[in-house]
Amino acid sequence: MIPEIGHFALILALSLALCQGILPLIGAQRNDAAMMAVARTAAMGQFFFVAFAFGCLTWAFVQSDFSVEYVASHSQLALPTVYKISAVWGAHEGSLLLWVLLMSAWTVAVGKFSRDLPEAFSARVIGVLGLLSTGFLLFTLLTSNPFIRLSPAPPDGADLNPLLQDPGLAIHPPILYAGYVGFSVAFAFAIAAMLSGNLDQKWARWTRPWTTAAWLFLTIGIALGSWWAYYELGWGGWWFWDPVENASFMPWLIGTALIHSLAVTEKRGLFKSWTLLLAITAFSLSLLGTFLVRSGILVSVHAFATDPTRGFFILAFLGIVILGALALYAWRAPQLDSAAGFHPLSRETFLLLNNVLLVIAAALVFLGTLAPLVIEVMNAGKISVGPPWFELAFSIPMIPLVILMGVGMHSAWRTQEAAPLGRRLRVPALLAVAAGLLIPGFFYGRFGVLVSVGTAAAFWIIAASLIEPIRSWRRKPGMSRSVLGMSVAHFGVGLFVLGVTIVSAFNIESDQALSPGNAVDIAGYRFELRELRDVEGPNYSAIEGLIEIRRNGEFVGAVRPQKRQYLVQQNWMTEAGILTLWNQDLFVALGDQLGNDTWSVRIQYKPMIRFIWLGALVMALGGLIATTDRRYRVRARADEALGTEVAESA
Amino acid sequence: MTRFIVPLVAFAILIPVLMIGLTRNPNELPSPLLQKPAPVFELPSLTEPDERVGSATYANQIALVNVWATWCPGCRQEHGFLLELAAEGSVPIFGLNWRDNRSDALRWLQALGDPYIASAFDEDGRVGIDWGVYGAPETFLISADGIVIHKHIAPLTREIWERDFVPLIAEQGGSN
Repeated sequence: MIPEIGHFALILALSLALCQGILPLIGAQRNDAAMMAVARTAAMGQFFFVAFAFGCLTWAFVQSDFSVEYVASHSQLALPTVYKISAVWGAHEGSLLLWVLLMSAWTVAVGKFSRDLPEAFSARVIGVLGLLSTGFLLFTLLTSNPFIRLSPAPPDGADLNPLLQDPGLAIHPPILYAGYVGFSVAFAFAIAAMLSGNLDQKWARWTRPWTTAAWLFLTIGIALGSWWAYYELGWGGWWFWDPVENASFMPWLIGTALIHSLAVTEKRGLFKSWTLLLAITAFSLSLLGTFLVRSGILVSVHAFATDPTRGFFILAFLGIVILGALALYAWRAPQLDSAAGFHPLSRETFLLLNNVLLVIAAALVFLGTLAPLVIEVMNAGKISVGPPWFELAFSIPMIPLVILMGVGMHSAWRTQEAAPLGRRLRVPALLAVAAGLLIPGFFYGRFGVLVSVGTAAAFWIIAASLIEPIRSWRRKPGMSRSVLGMSVAHFGVGLFVLGVTIVSAFNIESDQALSPGNAVDIAGYRFELRELRDVEGPNYSAIEGLIEIRRNGEFVGAVRPQKRQYLVQQNWMTEAGILTLWNQDLFVALGDQLGNDTWSVRIQYKPMIRFIWLGALVMALGGLIATTDRRYRVRARADEALGTEVAESA
Repeated sequence: MTRFIVPLVAFAILIPVLMIGLTRNPNELPSPLLQKPAPVFELPSLTEPDERVGSATYANQIALVNVWATWCPGCRQEHGFLLELAAEGSVPIFGLNWRDNRSDALRWLQALGDPYIASAFDEDGRVGIDWGVYGAPETFLISADGIVIHKHIAPLTREIWERDFVPLIAEQGGSN
């Protein structure tokens, strides 16, 4: 009975989403207050019923109701309860429901925090979000209903994919989706601005916190996914340029560009049409990513169960939304653009370069991701574009981006004089050069052009982003949250660049055959396999190795890598043993059994790898600080003067 | 102001590419066995452990070899269709029960019905390796002279059957 109630709640949510999508938009066009007033109520109702349906599905999982096909295929009696709950979004149908839930949650949040916006504007924003929800609810109900019954009900389920039975992956999708879906808010703001034909600096200020919030979720989501791949896939890599990873990375790159271009639109009223295009593109790429992942059009380790009907549905939806938005853009954007000049040496120039480089980076990722598809469609055979291509192509726009970032942060709006800028950046530049020359040789005993450039770039940004906080701490406390957020986020970029540079240059990887009692020396550490034993988990059995790690005879730590066999799906999983020190990871994974008591063991030394995820989290923290800036919360009355805001340098 | 139309046009060009891409199957790796003689094998029968079954069981006729296992959800999905196909009786279906547990497999056949003329019990997956099996379910179409003429990865459906298998079977029937 509960699943049917959930199904019914989804249908109710769909009808409310339709009301929310149609009435407020008409109301805003006709200036009909009663119709506009539907927006918030319908959005609340839609959220309630989607949340209710989501609760019903969760209940079916917790109760192990295998008469529901989706539960039977993705759960099992012995599955720990926490994974029964995370199994709700462990496959296509449920994750789509999560997507819809998050979208309606964002809508409710917009409704709550947009009370000070002009009524017609917020009605349009909520209306556009309602239309998007309608599409996703239709998609769920018509092609991917999670509540379909299975008769006869099997006595036990087929279990959740063991790869997904992990705390990192349990929370990764909700956060990642919150980011994906969050860009729908910026998209809706862009559409609303084009519908009303009115785009000013206030618009940019309203849009900014929403964009940054979505971006920070996406940042954390991607970082979690990368961290999960690192320890769970058992290879020790942290980014694979897999189509599904790229699908989340492209909106991130465009979202990052959007954040910066919104800054220009807010402060100077420039780049308006460009900002609109980025807002449309960021969400379009989120949709395209969904399409790529869920249609099975590209081969990926992450791919969901595939079904061509679903593919066609998303493609049709994608076509309507994106073509509609771009057509509106082609029609309205020319009237919104304003032409005002700026000096070649000014913050505007650097933000423009930032945008160009980020868009180039996203375009390269896009190209590499879709090239196999395009070539196959042209009947030119099957190809796959591998990590080496992506790494090279991606670093071309990234290196100048990182170097320009340090200068851009310290340039003033409109025009900047060269001499004071040079004085200010002298210390970071010297520090960067010194670090680039010394650190690789001094700490890791080897020089290299790439590693020196990377280290120098990292220290350059780290030092440059510390200037402003240090100055304000010493002289004038009360730096705005926006400036602090920007400094923190850029500091995070520096940590990230440092981690990537050091780990890719000095990573050591070695496959060894070990039996209990054997030891090997790698990167100055002695790894000794003490024993192998059998371990029984709730729904798996495993072989566990105990490996003690010593340095110069002194005990550093022990790791227990496992090779697990999950009982229902009968597949083997590698559970790596990782010893984390602040500046390095020692990564041990069991490979194959070579003899009676002998295993191949993959040992990796990964210096500074934690800085990659730490950097991403610090970037997200910067985003969080920036979204809480006071000026976003100050009542944004339509008649408010912006003069003082423009003068401020953020 | 043509520059504002550029994104629209660019995306419009992308749509047909995605559309055509949808009709292709990226997992459709050409099997090295295609158009080659199917590997010969003999294994214990699943249902009668003392009997041996294998490629001789379905020789000299067009036959399907279906790789299945009880741990595979896709196999459950296609099982209904296999039963229909068996009832129609046009092509015999030989089962290769792959990396499975005998009692589970027997219970499965009892509960869901048995579409197979016989199932070989490939407990350690040796025959699966010879046949280049990646995972279950996989279905091979074998001609009367023992040549692999088609391989399908993923659950079989009526639609796929009509589209990919029926024309090949008709062609074989015509040439014989």
